[in-house]
Order: sequence, then structure tokens, then C-alpha cells
Amino acid sequence: MRDFWKALSRNRLALIGGVVVACLALLAVLAPAIAPWDPNRPDVKNILDSPSKRHLLGTDQLGRDVFSRMLFGARVSLAVGFVSVGIAATIGILLGSAAGYHGGMVDATIMRVVDLMLVFPRFFLLLAVLAFLKPSIWTIMAVIGLTGWMGVARLVRAEFLALKEREFVLWSQAVGASAYRIIWRHILPNAMAPVLVAMTLGIPAAILTESGLSFLGLGVQPPHATWGNILNEGKDAIELAWWLSVYPGFAILVTVLSYNLLGEGIRDALDPRLRQSAGRVVSRGR
Amino acid sequence: MLAYALRRLLLAVPLLIGITFVSFVVIHLAPGDPVEIQTGDMSQQHSAQAYKALQELYGLDKPLHVQYWSWLSRLARLDFGRSFAPHGRPVSAMIAERLPITLLLNVVEMLIIVALAVPIGVLSATRQYSTFDKITTIFVFIGFATPDFWLALLLMILFGVQLGWLPISGLRSLNWEYMTFWQQQWDFLSHLALPILVATFGGLAGFSRYMRQSMLEVVRQDYIQSARAKGLAERVVIGKHALRNAMLPIVTILGLSLPGLIGGSVIVEWIFAIPGMGQLMVQAAFERDYPVLMGNLVIVSSLTLFANLMADLAYSLVDPRIRVGRRRR
Repeated sequence: MRDFWKALSRNRLALIGGVVVACLALLAVLAPAIAPWDPNRPDVKNILDSPSKRHLLGTDQLGRDVFSRMLFGARVSLAVGFVSVGIAATIGILLGSAAGYHGGMVDATIMRVVDLMLVFPRFFLLLAVLAFLKPSIWTIMAVIGLTGWMGVARLVRAEFLALKEREFVLWSQAVGASAYRIIWRHILPNAMAPVLVAMTLGIPAAILTESGLSFLGLGVQPPHATWGNILNEGKDAIELAWWLSVYPGFAILVTVLSYNLLGEGIRDALDPRLRQSAGRVVSRGR
Repeated sequence: MLAYALRRLLLAVPLLIGITFVSFVVIHLAPGDPVEIQTGDMSQQHSAQAYKALQELYGLDKPLHVQYWSWLSRLARLDFGRSFAPHGRPVSAMIAERLPITLLLNVVEMLIIVALAVPIGVLSATRQYSTFDKITTIFVFIGFATPDFWLALLLMILFGVQLGWLPISGLRSLNWEYMTFWQQQWDFLSHLALPILVATFGGLAGFSRYMRQSMLEVVRQDYIQSARAKGLAERVVIGKHALRNAMLPIVTILGLSLPGLIGGSVIVEWIFAIPGMGQLMVQAAFERDYPVLMGNLVIVSSLTLFANLMADLAYSLVDPRIRVGRRRR
């Protein structure tokens, strides 16, 4: 563990990523305290104001303060990132460990489902489901999580296939430990490293997906601010208000970039051998 | 080779049926009723009658498994049904109108990505840690993190609004009919420039990265050393021996990333108002137009499965080891 921190702290880019990620989390948590304006209060006298001292990043079509809206948008993005990756990882770990440990029919069935999900045009599925369900932050989280677990399942399965032949597993089997106990207490802790990396890299992918869906109007609904739906409004005012388009997108870029740098840093620090294998197991979200 | 292709083709059929079954159930069970959308603004009495009539017309009054079976058996005769929209056009005609432009976008995009990513990946792998390698690495990380719709907005602001060089929506200018032939071609190309640029950007980052990694692995192999040892020029070692082997994983990734690319073109088509499959899909989803949605899905999934199959075949063509009864995984 000490080696891990040492290796991580030597990686300057990963450190920068980590600091930015921490700052973003702090900003999101403290948003109600920091935001200079009420993010949802319209102000008809100051519609589409360009950035100024009064409104740091300008105002939108209803005169709402873009900076405050972006602060609140950060909460949505981070929440969606964490929860949907949590869902995906849970499903992936459960199915991956079952497939890897039991093998045979269980393995064959689960892996066929994984194959099916992988060729499924994911974005089309998201579109179809979200257009029909009432889009809310919860459905977004659920849908992104439920369509993004295949990478983790494959990773966990591969780790299990390798680990279950190792002596410590054979010995626990010999002394009569239950399959449940062997999976959870003995194999899984040893298989977690690549999963953690995949999860760190999955968060930015989920954030990108969420912002894309919100941009299409299928994500979190107005008046709740998200980076994606501010951009959606920015598209309609593209000839009048560049600040509506530029800043939220830049926030997405910085967030995703930081998470990616941190994730790759963690991967290299955990185990340099993972450099290739654990690559981009969680798809780029599209 | 032929047997392998046939076996894979046969495996694709149940996969396709599986995909359609899952989506059919999801789409029909999800809340939101196409008939209600159409009859919602009628008077109470008329709407109740119209509601029943439309439900019968669309076959929505039958149990779900009956609906799926009749949809599937019509599909087997290549009948995609008719749109729920008032014009009631055949779904196949609507798709035939829109498929070419989406295919054109995706194929051009793929070609550009491969043409650029391969040399970039090879150069940064053979000159690892050089300035070129560092610059491309930065570019790759930014490329991964840039939302494509944001890039589209920025380019629209820059080239469309500020500079006024390029059109930002649709495929043709308003005065298209009054142009000469060559002006028309130029007009078409300038409408496609920004969408293709946006669609290429994200994919380029990924592929040049994969290419670099694959190349780095290959140049460490013994056979590269022996190629050098027997005195071949570095150009031949890299360009012939190494490149061929480094291309192998790229072929597979190319096939696997197709659903992502087609998904990406939904956003691009939506932003640039290009009348393609993606736009049709979004419209159909909002209007609860089941037949159009399902028809779209069948086409896109079959294209994806076909592309995967092609990738695997290409792979087994360049790497004979795959063909000889290798079990998957």
C-alpha cells in the first residue's frame, strides 16, 4: 500500500488530476454556499448578459446566472458518475465472479449475455428507454449503470479464471469453505485492483454520457441545471451568447480529463503490468 | 474459411433476434402511449372512439407476445410495417431515404480515422517519449475528454458565426437549385465538413492510442530483432514486419467500435440537422413511433453485427491461427 502511494505521488499528472477531482467534489458539495445567485431565479432585466463582474460567466435566456447554474450542474454530473458506476460495478462483479468461479453453463450463459449487450447499439438503447421513461436523474443513473457493466464483468471473470487455480483457493476448497465464502473473502479482494481502475475510468465516461443525453434533452430536465442542458440552451443562442456554449463544455472537458489522468495514474501505481490489459474497459460512454 | 464465415453468419441470427426481442419488450412496456399522443387533443367522446380504432389499427390491443410474433414474421418477409405518424409511410421507405447519408458519414469518418491514426500511432511508438509522442499523447487525452457536441458548438461558433466560412446546418443551401453542378458538389462538401471533423476527432484519439500501444508491443518481439539482425532497413522492419502484426488488434477494435460511431452520429446529426438515421431515431423516440424505432434498430444492429463479422473475417484472413478451430476466449 505504501508503494502504491509512493508511485502515485511521483506521477505529477495524476496528482494534478486528483487535486482537480477533489476541488470539483468540494465545489459541488458547497454549491449552495458558494453560488452568488439562485441558479433557478429568472431575471428578465438581464437576459443574455455577457460575462461581467456582476455575473461572472454571464446569464442565459431567462437571465439566470450561468456560474451558479454550473456549480449546481457539477452536483448532477458527479452524482450521476458515482452512482451509475456503482450500479455497473455491482452487476459486473456479481456476474463476473459467478461466471469465472463456476464456469460451465453459468459462464457460457453469462458471457453470451455480455456478448449480446456489447453488440447492442448502446446509445440507441439509451435513447429509446429515456424517451419513453420520464427522464429524471434517477432514471439516467439507472440506465447508464444497467448498460455499462459488461467491461467490469469481463475483467472480474478473467481475474477469477486466473486466481481460482491458485493454491490459496485450492486450500480453502480443501478445508471445505463454501463457494460464497471463497468468492467474497478469498478471490474477490485479490481481483479488485483492475476493477477499481475500471471504476475510476468509468466515472468520466458516465459523465460524458449524461451530458450528451442532457444535451439532447433526454437527460435531467430543466429547470434543474446540468452542464449538458445549459449547452442545449446555448445551442439555441449560438449566435448571441458564446459563453453559454463555451464554459459548461470546458467544465466537462476538465472534469473528464482529470478523472482520466487520475485513473491512469492509479492503474500504473497499482500494477504496471495492467497498463495494457485494463485499458479502456469501460467504453467511452457513447 | 467459407465454413467459418457461414458459422458466424448463423450465430448472428439468434443474436439479432435477441436484440430485437429485448428492445421490443423495453419499448412496449415503457410508459408513454403512441395512440394517446395522437388522440390527446380530441374531444372526450371522439377520442375514446379514435383511441380504440387506432389501437386496433396498430395491433396494440393484442398481448405483447402476439404483437412481437407478428412483427417478427413480417420482418422475415422484409416488411418493416408502417409509421404511426399521420402520413403512415412504410418504414422501409423512410429508412431508405436516410440510410445513405448516415453510411456516407460513417464510412468517410472511418477512412479518415484509419488513414490518420495508423501513421500517428506508428510514429509515436517508434519515437517513444519524443516531442511528437508527447504532443500526440496530450492530444489523445484531450480528445478522450472532449464532448463531441461541445466541439461541434465551438466549431459552429468559430467557422459558422464568427468567420462565416462554413454552413452550420442541413445538407444543402437554400439556393441549391440555382447552382451549377460543381457548385452543388462544393456546397454539399462544405455542409459535410464540420460534421465529419467533429465525428472524426474523438475516434482519432482512441485509435491512434490503440495503434501506438499495439506497435509498442510488437517492436519488442523477437522476430523484429531478427528482422533487424538480418540487416533489413529500418523502414522495411517497421513498415512491413511490425506494421502488419500491429494492425491485427486494430481490425477487431475497429469492428467493435462501430456501434459507438453510429451512436455518436446521432448527436452529430442532431446538432447539424442532417436528415440521417440518427435524427430519425430521435424523432421516432419522441413520437413513440414503435415501427420506425424497431426498424431503425434492426438496420443499425444488423449493420453492427455485419461489421463485427467483417472484422473477424478480416482478422482470420490476416492471421491464419484464428481459423484453425480456435475456441473463443
